[in-house]
Amino acid sequence: MSDATLPAGRAVKLKLDRDGAIKRAFMAVIALYLIVALALPLYAMLSKSFVTYSFDLARYEFQVSDEAGNFGPPQTAAAINAELGVFDADDLRSSSDGRLAATAFFPDFSFRSPVKYRIRGTGPDAPYLVGLDLQNTTEWKEFDGNTFRRINLRPVKSVGVQNYSEYFSNPALFSSIQNSVFIAVISTVLTVVAAFGFAYSLNRSLMRFKGFFKLVAMMPILVPSLLPGIALIYLFGNQGMLKSLMMGHSIYGPIGIVIGSVFFTFPHALIIISTALSIADQRQYEAAESLRASRWRTFWTVTIPGARYGLISAAFVTFTLVITDFGLPKVIGGQYNVLAIDIYKQVIGQQNFEMGAVVSVVLLIPAVLAFIVDRQVQKKQVSLLSARSVPFQPKPNKTFEALCLMWCGVMAVFILGLILVCQFAALVQFWPYDLSLSLKNYDFNRTDGGGWDAYTNSIQLALMTAVFGTLIVFTGAYMVEKIDGFKTGRGMFQFLAMLPMAVPGMVLGLAYIFFFNDPANPLNAIYGTMTILVVSTVTHFYTVGHLTALTALKQIDAEFEPVASSLRQPFYRLFARVTVPVCLPAILDISIYLFVNAMTTVSAVVFLYSTHTTLASVAVLNMDDAGDIAPAAAMGMMIFYTNAGARLLHMLASRRILRRTQSWRGR
Amino acid sequence: MTRTSFLCMSVAASALFVNAAFADTELTVYTAVEAEDLARYAATFNEDHPDIKINWVRDSTGVITAKLLAEKNNPQADVVWGLAATSLLVLKTEDMLAPYGAEGLDKLSASFRDSDTPPSWVGMDAWVAAVCYNTVEGEKLGLTAPASWMDLTKPEYAGHVVMPNPASSGTGFLDVSSWLQIFGEEKGWEYMDGLHQNVAAYTHSGSKPCKMAASGETVIGISFAFRGAKSKAEGAPIDIIIPSEGVGWDMEATAIIAGTANEEAAKTLLDWSITPKAMEMYNVGYAVVGIPGIAKPVDYFPEGITDAMIDNDFEWAANNRSQILEEWAKRYDTKSEPKG
Repeated sequence: MSDATLPAGRAVKLKLDRDGAIKRAFMAVIALYLIVALALPLYAMLSKSFVTYSFDLARYEFQVSDEAGNFGPPQTAAAINAELGVFDADDLRSSSDGRLAATAFFPDFSFRSPVKYRIRGTGPDAPYLVGLDLQNTTEWKEFDGNTFRRINLRPVKSVGVQNYSEYFSNPALFSSIQNSVFIAVISTVLTVVAAFGFAYSLNRSLMRFKGFFKLVAMMPILVPSLLPGIALIYLFGNQGMLKSLMMGHSIYGPIGIVIGSVFFTFPHALIIISTALSIADQRQYEAAESLRASRWRTFWTVTIPGARYGLISAAFVTFTLVITDFGLPKVIGGQYNVLAIDIYKQVIGQQNFEMGAVVSVVLLIPAVLAFIVDRQVQKKQVSLLSARSVPFQPKPNKTFEALCLMWCGVMAVFILGLILVCQFAALVQFWPYDLSLSLKNYDFNRTDGGGWDAYTNSIQLALMTAVFGTLIVFTGAYMVEKIDGFKTGRGMFQFLAMLPMAVPGMVLGLAYIFFFNDPANPLNAIYGTMTILVVSTVTHFYTVGHLTALTALKQIDAEFEPVASSLRQPFYRLFARVTVPVCLPAILDISIYLFVNAMTTVSAVVFLYSTHTTLASVAVLNMDDAGDIAPAAAMGMMIFYTNAGARLLHMLASRRILRRTQSWRGR
Repeated sequence: MTRTSFLCMSVAASALFVNAAFADTELTVYTAVEAEDLARYAATFNEDHPDIKINWVRDSTGVITAKLLAEKNNPQADVVWGLAATSLLVLKTEDMLAPYGAEGLDKLSASFRDSDTPPSWVGMDAWVAAVCYNTVEGEKLGLTAPASWMDLTKPEYAGHVVMPNPASSGTGFLDVSSWLQIFGEEKGWEYMDGLHQNVAAYTHSGSKPCKMAASGETVIGISFAFRGAKSKAEGAPIDIIIPSEGVGWDMEATAIIAGTANEEAAKTLLDWSITPKAMEMYNVGYAVVGIPGIAKPVDYFPEGITDAMIDNDFEWAANNRSQILEEWAKRYDTKSEPKG
C-alpha cells in the first residue's frame, strides 16, 4: 500500500480573477502609503534616538614645540589623555553642539609662552574650531599660544544607548514621567466620572433639554486644546476674574492642566460611554426590581457591568489624550514639566533632536500600552442586545431628573463658560486695565503666528485633509473588508491602520522631520509644503476614520459581491452604485471628523509648518508664547466658529443627501 | 467676521496679488525680529527693491537657531535677517554662512560686523536687556521698584519675577551670559540661584515677560528695553528699569545662508540691510544702530542705556553657549513644582 503513492497533483490555488488583482493592487497602494507615512518615519526616529555624539580623541594629533620652536614627536589626543587622565569616558560624551578646549591636554599651557602648537586630524572626519572657524583637515596647522587657547574640538557621531541612560539618570527629565502619569490619571478619573453622569442623564432619564446638552457637550471638540488653558488664565490667573476661588493656589501647573484636560477630553469620553449606556435590556431591570434589589444595588450589579467595557475604553482614550497632549501644559503648565513639553523643549529650545527622539520613544510606551489594553477589552465586548431584548425605558422620577439636570447644567456652564470667557477676552482692549471693547486683537497681522494667512491656510489644510483623507481611508477600509482570501496581507494592513491611534501627534511630527528632511530621501521635496501637513494630519487621525468606515461596510451584506460578479459586473461598478451610496453617512462623518481635527490639531503639525504654511492652531500657540494672549484667544475663537459652521453645513448636507440616498432604510 | 477683519483679508489678498504680479525673486528669510515690525521692514525694503519678495519665517531666537541647525544639511533659508549675533556665530562654527563683503561695510561700527574679511555677518542694531516693572500691581502689593539686578533677589519679590528661558530665548541667553560676565562665573551662578527663588515662571519668548508685566499677570518682567517702550506706548502702567550693574545686550545681525539658490537677491538684501535708510528703519524701535551718528532717541526708551551696555564677549558667549545652557538646565529646569 505504501508503495502505491498517487502522482503529485497540481497544487490547488485559488485563482485570482481580475477584480481580485485590482483590489489587491489598491490595497497595496494604501498599505504603501501607511508604510511611507507611518512605519518608515517611526523607524527613522527610533534609529535617531540611538545616535550619540562624543569626542573621539584618537582622531586628533598634536605636536608641541619647545621655547626655541623645535617640535617634538606627534601624539594623539587619546594617548595624551591616557597618560594624564584628564577626561574619563563620561566627560567625552556630548551633544551635537558640544565643545572641548584643546588646552585641556596641556596642563602647563600658557598663552604668554612662546611655545607653539600644531594640530591635525588623523582621519577624514576630525572637526575642530579655531575661534569660530570650523576646520576639518588632516594637514598640520600651526598656532601660537594665544590662538591655540581658542581651539575647541567638536564631537562626532556614533551609535549607542547612551541617550537612554542619560535620560533615565536625569532627575528633571525622569520626574516628567511621574508628572505626566499623575496628571493623566487624575484627569481620567474626573473626566470619566463627569462624562458618566452626563451620559447617564442623557440615556437613562427623562430629563428635559437633552438636545441642548448634547450640543454643548460636543463643543470642546471644535476648539484646540490650548483654548481652555487661555480661558483659565483669564478666569484664575493673577489678574483673573475669579482668582479668589483659587484660595491662593496657582492656576499655572497641575491644577490648570487637569481642569483644561477635563474640558477637552470630556466629549471623547462622553461619546464612548453614551454608546455603552444607550444599549440596555429592560428585562434585566425588571428582574432586578422583582428581586427587590435596591436602586443602588441595581446600579452596581446591572448598569455598571453593562457599561464596563465602555467605561474602560473611555478611560484609556482619555488617558492617552491627556498624556500625549502638548498644547495645554504649554499654555498653563507653568514650570510643571510633562513628557510632551520635554519633547518640545529638547527639540525647539535646545536643538537636541536625539534626546527629543528618546523622549518620544518613552512617550510611545504608555500610549501603546493603553492602546493594547483597549483593543483586548474591545475584543471581549459581547453584544448586550439580543433579538429578544426589550429596549430600556426610563421611568419618570422628579428628584432624579432634577439631579440629572443639575449635573448636566454644571457641565454645560463649565464648557460654555470657558468658551464665552475666551470670546470676551478676545474683544477687550487691554486686559485688565482697559476693558472697553475693540476688534484690535483680530488684527492678526500685527502679532506672531502668520496673521490671517494662517487662518486661510488652516481652512485649506482642513479641506484637503477631509477630501484626500476620506478617499484614502474609505478605499483602504473597503479593500481590506471586501477582498477575498489574502489573510496575512489583510492582517498586516489592519495593524498598520490601527497603529496611528497609539502614536502621539508630536512623535509623528518629529519622526517626519527625521524621515522627510533627509536630502537622501526622494520624498524630501514635500518637506515644508502643505502636502506634508496633509499627510501627517491624515495619518494622525487615520484610525478613527478607518473604524467608522469598517463599521459601515460590515453592514452591507457579503452576498452583494458574489451576486455582482455572477452578473459579470466589475467590482468598481458595485462600489460606485451600491457601496458608496449605502455608506454615505459614514463617509460624511469621516470627512467632518478629519476637517474638524485638521483645524484644531497642534501636535501633529507644530514641527512641520513653514513660511507658506503657518496654521491657525499653531498661531494660537505662538501668540500665547509671545505673550499676546488676547489675539491667541481671538484666533482660537475663529477656529471654533469655523468648525461650528462646518458642522452645521455637514448636518444640513447630510440631511439632504440622506433623504435622497437612504430612503431604502425606511422601508 | 467683522468689517475690519474682512478689510484685512482683502488687503492681504490684494497684497498677495500685487506681489505675485511684480516679484521676480522670492527670498525665504528667517528672522527673530518682533512680528509687528516684519511688514514694515519688508515694505521699506520693497520701496527700493520691488522685484524681491520676502517670505518671513519668524520665531523666537532659540527656535530659529534650532531650525537652522536642524536644516544644516538641507538649508531652507536664503537669508537670516535679524537674528542674535551669538546665534549667527554658532551657525558660523557649523560653516553655514556664506561670507560676503556687503556694500557700505566701511560705514559700520567695527563691533557691528564679523571681524573676518569678507565678513560672514553684518550687524543691524543692538537690543538691550531691561526690567519691566508694573507700577500699579507693585503698589497694590506694597513693593518698591528694584534698581539693580541684585535687588531682584530680595525676598519681597518672591513669585513676582518672570524671566525668559535662556535655552529658547535670545533675551534670556543674553541675560544669563551678561550676569556671568558682570559677576564672574561663580558669583553669577550664585546670583541666579538667588533669583531662581523669586522666579514664578521661565517663559519661552523674551518679550512675554514684559507683556505679562504690562498686563499685570506678573509685577517684574525681565525682558528687553524695546519691548518695554512699546508696551508703555500702548498704555501699560510700567516703568522700564535699567539695572545699575549694567545690562547685557546682543546684536541683531544679517547673513547669507551658504548654498542659497538666490544668491544675487540675497546679496541685494544684505547690501540694503546696512544702508542709512535701513538703519533709520531699525531706529524706530532700537536706540542703538550699526552706523554711528544716525540713531535718534526712541519714545519711552529709558535714557542712558548706551552707557549701561556691558562690554560683551560674543565669541565667549557663542563657544560656551551649550555648556552654559546645560548648566542652567541642570540647576533650574529641575524645578518641576509650580510656585504656590
